[in-house]
Amino acid sequence: MHPRDPRSSQFRPGLGGVVLHGAAPLLGIVALALVMDLLVAPLLPEAWYAKVLADIGINIVLAVSLNMVNGFTGQFSIGHAGFMAIGGYTAAAVVYYGSIALWGDAGFHGGYFSYCGLGHFNGPWFGGGDLLFVAACLIGGLVAAVVGVFVGLPSIRLRGDYLAIVTLGFGEIVRILIQQTPGVLPPESAATVPAPGRYLHLGGALGFTNHPFYTTIFWIWLAVGATVLVAWRLRNSTYGRAFLSIREDEIAAAAMGVPILLYKVMAFTFAAFFAGIAGGLFAHQLGSTLNPADLGFAKSFDILIMIVLGGLGSISGAILAAAGLTILPELLRNPPHVWPLLVPVVPIALALLLYRRRRLARGWGILAGGIVLLEIARDLAVAHGVQLSDYRMVFYALSLILVMILRPEGLLGTRELWELWPRKRKGGAGVRASS
Amino acid sequence: MALLTIRNLCVHYGAIQALHGVDLEVQEGQIVALLGSNGAGKTTTLRAISGLLKPSAGDIVFDGQSMVGLPPELIVKRGIAHVPEGRGIFSNLTVEENLRLGAYIRTDTAAVAADREWVFELFPRLQERLGQNAGTLSGGEQRMLSMARALLSRPRLLLLDEPSLGLAPQLVQAIFATIRRISQDPARRTTILLVEQNAHMALATAAYGYILATGQIKTHAPAGELANSDEVRKAYLGVV
Repeated sequence: MHPRDPRSSQFRPGLGGVVLHGAAPLLGIVALALVMDLLVAPLLPEAWYAKVLADIGINIVLAVSLNMVNGFTGQFSIGHAGFMAIGGYTAAAVVYYGSIALWGDAGFHGGYFSYCGLGHFNGPWFGGGDLLFVAACLIGGLVAAVVGVFVGLPSIRLRGDYLAIVTLGFGEIVRILIQQTPGVLPPESAATVPAPGRYLHLGGALGFTNHPFYTTIFWIWLAVGATVLVAWRLRNSTYGRAFLSIREDEIAAAAMGVPILLYKVMAFTFAAFFAGIAGGLFAHQLGSTLNPADLGFAKSFDILIMIVLGGLGSISGAILAAAGLTILPELLRNPPHVWPLLVPVVPIALALLLYRRRRLARGWGILAGGIVLLEIARDLAVAHGVQLSDYRMVFYALSLILVMILRPEGLLGTRELWELWPRKRKGGAGVRASS
Repeated sequence: MALLTIRNLCVHYGAIQALHGVDLEVQEGQIVALLGSNGAGKTTTLRAISGLLKPSAGDIVFDGQSMVGLPPELIVKRGIAHVPEGRGIFSNLTVEENLRLGAYIRTDTAAVAADREWVFELFPRLQERLGQNAGTLSGGEQRMLSMARALLSRPRLLLLDEPSLGLAPQLVQAIFATIRRISQDPARRTTILLVEQNAHMALATAAYGYILATGQIKTHAPAGELANSDEVRKAYLGVV
């Protein structure tokens, strides 16, 4: 037998083989990005919704990647924005200084799929700038991944809150270092002339500006597809089971022969890579100023909340929560009527009552009651001219508290969306497709 | 030559010394029982063998090679599987996933499949529960799972830490019967080092016994002799 034949006696799929194999899923990712860019985005009633769609995508990449550390291996990292900042600044610097080196100016040199300005675009589908942008995002991811190795190393000695403090400190160090770089980017002419002793200007506390914008729905959702695919395949492989075993019981995992340090660091590295890519996408959004203040621990917490809310370890939970928590504050700006939600909720609650699923019925009953209360509150506020949008962060926080009371393990626990539904699993049905 | 030889093994937890020079030998194919009361150092000895604890002095020789200082994953690869005290299972993973993790170090897929068949013969219950979360199994089933998982790494030496702890008497009988079956399987020749509080059952199963007290081996003899020695029974086995 050929040594690479999976049936041969000495075969273990390599990491690369586990993560990237088969053309169909790759085409699927491109299709997802195209659908989002060409079908979904133009259907949105206002241009502003496209910004929300973009934010959802970036947050999904961040949440799904942080989930690899906090959800898969059960470590507690709260410095994810630090990796995002490293990736973002690296990518922005590569694009900005790269554009100047290649074309003599820091303008837009991309094609249709990177065009994020308003109005019609007359040009090729792809341009040279796209290549630079994609390379910059990948470089940003790689730099973040290298840093991720070093941030992951202390995890062998530190657990729980201690590791959390280390990662928190890491995120703050990154933010402050960037903040302390010289304040204003040099004019383009100065940037082209290499001066001895001059180091890279990153814009300091005022932020990185004047770089071209390339991030469109297309690129973001391409990254979403890639991140979810990698996370999914990683989790359902030998590697993934090893990750999960560390979360479940580190000593037992070591006794099974799982190299704990390697896997913990690997989780950090993967997570940092995708966070870095998310940073690159974030940096090149239309009108964005890459500001260190936006990439502090508040951002890290936002991502953490998403994965805790979705259920640590659940990929679909992270996606749902990332989308939901991106939409929620926007919805609260101008709260719509919520009573239409009763149309599906009440029949479900009644049906559950009929089939004597008391616990479930009670949960849905509480949900229906909550919707009624929300509707009353909204109508009262509107009637009395109270601007609900002023209090939207209060409602945001309240809804988080509510979810944590009702479902402390997160919306989906450690399992996936489709695993929650029919409980009629037969013996062996839990066998997943890969080995 | 013995499969496992331990010489002058010392282990410290910080400033506290738990093992004061333990000497122990396990012959290939045997079941050896390591007995002693609470806090005698039985679990510590097993953890030192499987690399979960670093000894402060002494030597552990397995199959002619010293293993002191090797990380646990390399020790598993050399052929030592440890069934930890309690259950040590991955409760939020399915039984299937737990079993696959048992074979984590192995790449010989065909042999793993054969071993799975064998393990299901030993523990038929597990096959019925493959898709279930391991945390939803009963206590006895969880114990079976942790033994099955260890067997899937095809160990030459199986370390069992209190396999009967907290089980109903009937299940204890069944577990010891299974331990004998594991040891007697001609194709696999698994050697077993058994830590137990249930001295009676352990000595009835094992060929040889060691008695550990306050971190030292007090006495050792063939299991039958130990079981019949009045002095030993009174002093160390809590049998009056």
